[in-house]
Amino acid sequence: MAAIELRGLTKVYPGGVKALDALDLAIPDGEFFALLGPSGCGKTTLLRTIAGLETATGGAVVIGDRDVTGLQPGARDVAMVFQDYALFPHMDVTDNIAYPLRIKKVAKAARHEKAAEVGARLGLDHLMDRRPGQLSGGQQQRVALARVMATQAQAYLFDEPLSNLDARLRLEARTFLKKLQRELGVTTVFVTHDQAEALAMADRMAVMEAGHIRQIGTPSEVFQRPANTFVASFIGSTPMNLLDGVARGDTLEVAGCKIRVPVSAEGRVPDGTAIVYGVRPEYMTYSAEPADGAFGGKVAIVENLGASHLVTLDVGDVIVQAVVPEGSEPAVGDDGYALPRRDRALVYRDGELV
Amino acid sequence: MTRFVLGRIGFYTLVAVLLAFFTIPLLWLVTAPFTSDPTYEVKVPDFTLDNFRAVLEHPYALPSLWNSVVLSVGSAVLVVVMAALAAYALSRVRLPGRDALLYALLLLSSIITGTAAMVPLFQLAVELNLIDSQLGLILILTGGLLPAAIFMLKDFMDSTPKSYEESARVFGASPLQIVRHVVVPLVRPGLATIAVWAVANVWGNFLMPYLLLSDVEKQPAAVITYTLYTEGGQANLSMLSTFGLLYSIPVVLMYLFVSKKYGFRFHGGIKR
Repeated sequence: MAAIELRGLTKVYPGGVKALDALDLAIPDGEFFALLGPSGCGKTTLLRTIAGLETATGGAVVIGDRDVTGLQPGARDVAMVFQDYALFPHMDVTDNIAYPLRIKKVAKAARHEKAAEVGARLGLDHLMDRRPGQLSGGQQQRVALARVMATQAQAYLFDEPLSNLDARLRLEARTFLKKLQRELGVTTVFVTHDQAEALAMADRMAVMEAGHIRQIGTPSEVFQRPANTFVASFIGSTPMNLLDGVARGDTLEVAGCKIRVPVSAEGRVPDGTAIVYGVRPEYMTYSAEPADGAFGGKVAIVENLGASHLVTLDVGDVIVQAVVPEGSEPAVGDDGYALPRRDRALVYRDGELV
Repeated sequence: MTRFVLGRIGFYTLVAVLLAFFTIPLLWLVTAPFTSDPTYEVKVPDFTLDNFRAVLEHPYALPSLWNSVVLSVGSAVLVVVMAALAAYALSRVRLPGRDALLYALLLLSSIITGTAAMVPLFQLAVELNLIDSQLGLILILTGGLLPAAIFMLKDFMDSTPKSYEESARVFGASPLQIVRHVVVPLVRPGLATIAVWAVANVWGNFLMPYLLLSDVEKQPAAVITYTLYTEGGQANLSMLSTFGLLYSIPVVLMYLFVSKKYGFRFHGGIKR
């Protein structure tokens, strides 16, 4: 078990594409850490650079108290689960799980015993003689996890561990992975493009964009106080309302409505500054009656989210979305008012949180 | 309707003629050895084994088949080992001008064992003291087969996902361990294909052994076939057909064996 630290880590691909731009990141021992970002943001490159499959152009990777920047992947004492699991198709489950021990020259009997032990822990005991081709996606994933557990490495790296599972299995695997990581207590870094996955599983997470880390924090910090408009628009299963506005004394003029300055920005936006007002649809109170400091408009679309509805209001020429509990959803064409929660709304200036 | 029927009749007639063209020589090959006095006709054999006795009594016939085995297996082993290593490297390491190199090699290979290179190859073998040596012949045949083998195997290697190897690398496997544990098992059908192809190529090669081996005790079956004449200078059809049958059986058996053993591909382990 060990902490992972990245210092000014830079990766430039031949041809000049800067995949990682001087990243600093510290992941304490035992943490479940998510790297989240849209495709092409460099999150997989970052994971592969930690693993040693890509060589860093600059900066350092420190695992535990060892600088491993110049070391081969095998010498770094990390274990990795690949997106496609990369189970060896010509070996049965036992041999797959025992493969890392075979490389470490553990005797056959000892490594098969270890494989059986780890396999049993992950509920694979009745599958140990099968080949990967005879397993379902979820079983293959557990074999890949078992193989990683057999290494007893200092840190685990998971590349999109859930993306190859179907939707229902993914939710189960999410819970399973989080529980397993907690029990093992091994520092784990995983890459995902699914913000819900990162929020659900991670102890802390980094949101990446174009080779930069845009925010590091716990899932609640990142969800409630996105540090910039990129993170704000990327996180959340219903996109955050991000509306252009201007500060007017102690109110904000947003989409033609007068909105009170959020608690977090009180006294910090001088008169006349151009701002972006951000509030999540979940933090809006919807009402059919006009209210002070609310967005008023016509209901354009009502989307069913299951236990609630997402109501889209046409406010002037912008749209404002609010989540309405079931039973009180309006009809399309009604007049509606959405009142933001002052303690949850945010103000961004030049793209950064005020 | 009549046009359709006529078209069908024409089509099947054409197929029948084509089939006969290829079948009749094969029929001759399996009937003539069992006929007492074979001609170029296909006739119902009288099931005599005299021809086989004659082949057995021929001083060079059976040893030449063994020579063929030595030459073809020797070359095949060399070709498979060297082509596998080269193809793996070429498939995984990005070199500037790699594809140009491969195509140039492929082009040159048809020259190396081709007629154009006979004189220089002969001279080279003389200089290196490899004339009349089976080892020398194996080396030259291997050289001729390698480029095409590398080219074909590289294709196999390219189509195996890299994450298998990366996974082994992260577990600490050395490059040679990766090749042994992961790459070779994955491309085994490809290796088997190359081996069969190399054996069949050397087995049927007449020109190179004819040029480079003058000692009749070292000559392979392909060259010995050429010497099967009657005293009158006529082709000895009973010997030729019988020897031809014996000569073709091992290749057919090898093909059947390999196709049964390796004629499948592994699936799974990589989620697509």
